[in-house]
Formats: sequence, structure tokens, C-alpha cells
Amino acid sequence: MSDANLRLRTLVGHRLFWPVAVLVAMLAANTIYRPGFLAIEVNNGHLYGTPIDILRLSAPLILVALGMTLVISTGGIDLSVGSICAISGAIACLYISEAPDQNNLGMVFTALAMALGVALVLGAWNGVLVSIIGIQPIIATLILMVAGRGLAQLITEGQIITINSGPYRAIGLGHFLTLPLAIFIALGAALLIAAFTRRTALGMIVESVGGNREASRLAGIRSGRVVFLVYVVSAACAAIAGFMITANVSSADGNAAGLWVELDAILAVVIGGTSLAGGRFYLSGTILGALIIQTLTTSVYAMNISPQTALLFKAVVVIAVCLIQAPAFRAKFGRRRRGTPPPPAPSPQRQKEEVPA
Amino acid sequence: MTDSRPVLTMTGISKSFPGVRALHDVDFRLFPGEVHALMGENGAGKSTLIKVLTGVYGIDEGVIILGDEQVAFSGPMQAAGAGVSTVYQEVNLCPNLSVAENIFIGREPRRFGAVHWAEVRRRARALLTRLDLDIDVTAPVASYSLAVQQMVAIARAIDVRAQVLILDEPTSSLDAGEVEQLFRIMRQLRDEGIAILFVTHFLDQVYRIADRITVLRNGTLVGEYPTAELPQLALVEKMIGKDLDVLERIEEQPRPELATLEEGTPFVEVSQLSRRGAVAPFSLTIHAGEVVGLAGLLGSGRTEVARLFFGADRADHGDVAVSGEPASLRNPVQAINQGIGFCSENRRAEGIIPDLTVRENMILAMQAARGWLRRIPRRRQDELVDKYIKALSIRPANPDMPVRNLSGGNQQKVLLARWLITEPRLLILDEPTRGIDIGAKAEIQKLVVQLSDGGMAVLFISAELEEVLRLSHKIAVMRDREMVAHLVNDDTVDADRVMQTIATGTQREEANQ
Repeated sequence: MSDANLRLRTLVGHRLFWPVAVLVAMLAANTIYRPGFLAIEVNNGHLYGTPIDILRLSAPLILVALGMTLVISTGGIDLSVGSICAISGAIACLYISEAPDQNNLGMVFTALAMALGVALVLGAWNGVLVSIIGIQPIIATLILMVAGRGLAQLITEGQIITINSGPYRAIGLGHFLTLPLAIFIALGAALLIAAFTRRTALGMIVESVGGNREASRLAGIRSGRVVFLVYVVSAACAAIAGFMITANVSSADGNAAGLWVELDAILAVVIGGTSLAGGRFYLSGTILGALIIQTLTTSVYAMNISPQTALLFKAVVVIAVCLIQAPAFRAKFGRRRRGTPPPPAPSPQRQKEEVPA
Repeated sequence: MTDSRPVLTMTGISKSFPGVRALHDVDFRLFPGEVHALMGENGAGKSTLIKVLTGVYGIDEGVIILGDEQVAFSGPMQAAGAGVSTVYQEVNLCPNLSVAENIFIGREPRRFGAVHWAEVRRRARALLTRLDLDIDVTAPVASYSLAVQQMVAIARAIDVRAQVLILDEPTSSLDAGEVEQLFRIMRQLRDEGIAILFVTHFLDQVYRIADRITVLRNGTLVGEYPTAELPQLALVEKMIGKDLDVLERIEEQPRPELATLEEGTPFVEVSQLSRRGAVAPFSLTIHAGEVVGLAGLLGSGRTEVARLFFGADRADHGDVAVSGEPASLRNPVQAINQGIGFCSENRRAEGIIPDLTVRENMILAMQAARGWLRRIPRRRQDELVDKYIKALSIRPANPDMPVRNLSGGNQQKVLLARWLITEPRLLILDEPTRGIDIGAKAEIQKLVVQLSDGGMAVLFISAELEEVLRLSHKIAVMRDREMVAHLVNDDTVDADRVMQTIATGTQREEANQ
């Protein structure tokens, strides 16, 4: 019993507690600034409101970040996810735009399957570069990060492809059971990956490879295959995120789709408690991290902070989140923090007072 | 030469680290124009002595006199400036820089404030000519063999008008021809009056090159001897620290007779297995239920043999048969599929996954063998993990604790459990008792006996002869990367004889077929 208690305490006290606390603090700060922030209304049988928007808009980031979590757990990193978003979105939109009937469901599925297939090939390319050829992950995926944008431009021929396809639009804006469909897609992917890693031994093996690659090899793990696999999974997640991003605006822009999403995804993973050095990974933490980032973005817009200062504001909060998660920092300032609210909470409030002035 | 004044005198050197007395009242002298071998087992204090000399560590007590002055260097750079240069085992050059750049890195000759590259190249060429080496000094160091790289490191060391040159295991990665080349240069430098301090694990090399030997054991000085007056056997005795005639007879446990064990097909039979730079061709058979000990000094090739058996390294040549059928052990997966398990001597780097829990570390090998899709059911995991936590008395008995929080001995037991769970037919234990407390040590020894009684074959490697003698049915003796003898561990074999074999390598060999 006390063992279970101890485990619970370590879990809550050290891992998910602070991300949750930060998220709650941000929501609270928003509500104070704008009392209607948390209000949800029913319209046409669908739920609407800022919290729903946050969930919907964070769906692509959650997807990308989930794949990124596995990659980072093996001690790697995948910078190419943004480009893969753009490519998959471009392929799907191109195929749909050339179809005689853009609302044909079967045709849309063909488009998705094609784009997903290409993404898997791109993921396999990353996987081969890292696991077989042995290029450092940051360099290997940088290749596709840069070249992939070009590839996306090539597919769209430098144009923004606009489509008018109901089924495709639904991926980003559709509803299911009163909630945006995107939420269910992200949730489904999260459950799938969780089952994939935690119901099988894959998760442990990924963590083992990330924790000590040589020891894993000597325990009989074919670490090359595991590393290859996580890059393919990451690309698949990025492709689905790419569908959402393009479906949101019913157009594919090779330049803008998924731009810098890799950085937000890495951030979400780190906020979620997975170490960039590899080893243990936390899918739930990653999802929380993605929600924190999206809430932050939404708050910044809601508070009318100018886009120039928004990035700085984001940076401040991110540093604060990372610091309070660092055991060394907590140990140092733990005594002072007790009795006062967590650091990020005051900072949005301060911002809030400054803005109207 | 020896009647001249020593260039270096270290007197009464003591150095402690928290909980360990690394050096205690050690004296050491070095004369100009001699090659002086510093000998001792692992942990005897050789590298600590070198490090206090070159200022990597401060000394607690004692005096170091170089030439006529008392010195206390603040670090290797200052020591090198004063004429005490060190070439380390792993050549620490920048592989991507040119030979000339490496030699003069940090002290490039300058002209008008800029590096005088022509001068750098000219002086590098002159230095290497002195070492009888004619290579392109503008080519990157990485393009040359390890031996040449070693020479370049030596060239860098002697350029600073060295009086004392410390070579810390310079030959460990060189082949025979390359060693010869190095020795030629060492003799030449010696004849020029440089005092060379030579650390090696290869006994033969000591007798080929050293004029004088200083032996350390457990941080204390055993003695200083002219090489000619110290036979190899006496040297090994002094290093290991047991006087042969007072060595106790090790109590034999009632064991199955080797002859009975060796009836029938051996489980593994390797013939002429070898890997360049690691171990010379060797043959060994291991039968079910048999404990084969590998004896030899550190660096004699024990671990290398074990790694070839497990496929951790690939053999260049040789044949393997498992249960009489030709087999391949080219990677760990193949070895595991044949029923072989391997506990590395390097627990931290090659054994535990520190972040994972005791449970996960234990089931890792079994899970890897099953493939990730077929997860071991939780209940089965609990059964296995509980069983081995109890059987090996692992403490704390908490399967969900990260393994990094366990003590060394308990981590070792977790690794043992990892392999025992896979029910191997051959378990390779490389130094399973090193660095763990005496209680855990006894438990692991007892376990080895139990396992072999149960029909498991064990390849047992240990630096402690007593342990090897107590547990093994037969002993393969390693010496200078060669398997020099197979001894049947019967009444005629004792530590005395094994030590003689380690020392001379010329004991009569016995066929064990």
C-alpha cells in the first residue's frame, strides 16, 4: 500500500503534476482576464467555445508530438516533420483538386492513402539514414526538413492549391458527437500509439535502446529496427497532422503548412517530461505539453498581445515551465516556492495588467 | 647508466580518494636513459601514480623531485612544459587535423602574430625523421595506422625537450609488427638519454624492453628490481601477491568428473577463432554442465574471447559448432538464439539500462528474444521477477525501482537474472564478482555451482585465481592475447601452476577432447 502511495506521489509530484499545474494556471489567468473564457455554448448541436478551439487547434501538434516522443525516446530527433506535413497535405490536396467530384468519399480516402504512403516512404528514408547508414539524427532529418519544403513546392508547383471538398474539410473542421472531429483523430492516434507501445513490449524496447544502446544490443535487441520504426511512425503522425492543417484552410501551401511545427513538437515532448537524452517517454506528458503550447498561443491572441511580443512571451513561459520541471531547480528554490503560487501563474497575470495600459 | 643520478625521484607518495587509499608511501625512481616498467594488477595504483606525477591529482603526502628541484605540477600541460610528457593508451590526437598540426597544437611557432605554417611542417618533418618515420605531415592523422598515430603522439611528447616520457599502455592496440616499430623508437630515445616510464599488461614486452621493473600492489610499493634479476614467475607472484609456497590449497567441492561431463557432443566447439587486434586464434570446447574458467592477467584477452563467443564482436576467422552442427555467432541475437547469455564485465556501459526498472531490466533479454509484439504477460513477469529477486536475494526487493538506484552487487544480480530468465545453455560471466561486496560474491559463486549442477555450461572469467580454481572444471589460460594452455582442474592443478602458466606460457598443454 505504502509502496503504491509512494509511486503515486512520485508520479504526481515529479512528472505530470507541474504540466497540469501550469495548464490550470494558464486557464485560470485567462478566465480572470476574460471571464467568458471557459464558456462553452451549443450551436447547431455542436459545442463551441475557446476550450474547444484549443483542443481542436492542438490536435495537429499533439499528433506530431506523439511521433516525436518515440523518436526522442530512442535518443534521436526528427526535424523533418514540418516538411512531411506540407508534403502529405500537398499530395492529398493535389489529388483531390484534380478529381471530377471533390466530394466523393472514396476519392478522398484514396488521396489520404496516397499521401500517407508517401509519408511512410519519407519516414523510412529518415529511418535508413539514421539506423543503417548511421548519420546523426539531427543531420539526417535536417536533409528532409530542407529538401522536403522544396518537394512540397514541387508538388504544388509553387502555387497554393485550394480545394472544395466536404469530406476533406471535415478532417479539420468536421464534428462528431458534438465535438470537432480533429480531437477524436488525435485522441485515436494517442490511444493507438499508447496501445502499440504499452500493450506490446515496444515501449520498453524503445526506452531500452534510448537508455543504453550497447547494453540493449547485448541483450539481443535489434536496435536498428526499433530506430527505423520510430521514424516511420513519426512520419505517419506528421502526415495526418498535415491533413488537418490543410483541411483547416481547405488549401495546401507548400511553404506555410506545418512551418516550425517540429520545434513546437520538441517543446511539447520536453515539457511532457521526456528527456532529450533518450530513455523513458511519457505520452500523456507530451499531450499535456502540446495543450500547454496551444493554450499559450490562444491566450496570447486572446489578450491582444502583438505578434512581435507574443514570441517573447511564449519563450518566458516555456523557460518557466522547463525550470520548474528541473529537479535541480526545484531543489534549489523549493523552500521559497512553497506557500506562493507556481511561477508561471503570476507571469500571465502581470502581462494581463500591462496590456490594457 | 644506473649509477648516474635519477632524473625523477618520488618519495613517500600517498594519495587517498574518499573511501579508497590509492597510494600509500610509494617510492619511485627513474634514471636517465632507462626504460622502466611499472607493473601491477588492475587497481594497484599505476595510473594514480602517473596522475599524481603529471599533476592530474594533487598528492596527500610525499615529495616529487625532478632534476634538482621539488615539483608539484598543476596539470599535464605544466608537467609537459617541465619535461614530463605522457602518451596515453587511447591516442589522444585530433584525427581530423594533420600530423604537423597535431604535433604543434597549442604551441604553434608564430611569426608576425600568425602561425608560421612552413615552420610547423619543417619542424614536424625533422621530429619524425628523428623517429625514423617518413610520412606526409600534411595528411590527416586519421589516415595513418594506430601505430603511426602512436608515434605521432610520441613525437609531440618528445618535442617539448622531454626528460621523462610516460607511455601508458601504448601497445594495447598494436599488432606484433607495430609493437616492434614502437620498441625500436623507445630504444632510440632511451639511448638519447630520455627516461621512459612504460606501463603495460604484456609480460613479454616488459622483458624485451625494460631495464628495470617497479611493482605496485594495492597501492603500496612491492619493490624495484632490475629486469634481469626478476624472473617472470616471480614478477607474477609479486603482482598477484601470494607467495606460491604459502598459498593455501583451495578446497575442492565434490564436482562431477570432467570425463563424465565431456562424454558426448560438446555444446559449443570453436576452432581457430580469432579477431585481429583482439585475440589470436584459439580453440575451446564447452560441454553441458561444465564450468570453464578463463584465467589470465588483465588485458590478456579474456574478455575478447568471451565477446567472440557471444557475437558481441565479430570473429575474423574460425569455425563454430553448436551441438555438433556448424553455427554462426556473428551477433548477439544469433548467440542468444543458440542459448548463450553474456554478462559483460562492464556493468554500467554494457549491462544495465539505468532508467528502466529492476523488472524491465530482468525481462529484457527474454522479451527481446520473443520479439516486441509478444509481450510477456504481466503475471508471468511478476512470477519470474519475484522468483529471481528471492533466489538471488536482490535488495531492495522492489521490482519497480529504477535499477540505477541499486548497489553494484545488486545490479550484477539483476543482470544475472536477466540471463537466467532466458534459461541459457551456456552462460558467459565476465568478472561477475568484480567490485561487489564479499557476501554477494559468495552468493554468485554458489549460484555458478548450482547452475552447472543443473546442466548449464558456464564460461567463467575472473581476475581472482582462487575463484576460477574453486569453480572451474577446466581452465583455459590467456596470456598476451593468446590462449596458451588448457588445464584440467584436477588435483595436480593449483594456483601455483596456473600462475606459472600465466607467467611463462610454456606449461605443458593438455588436450581435452
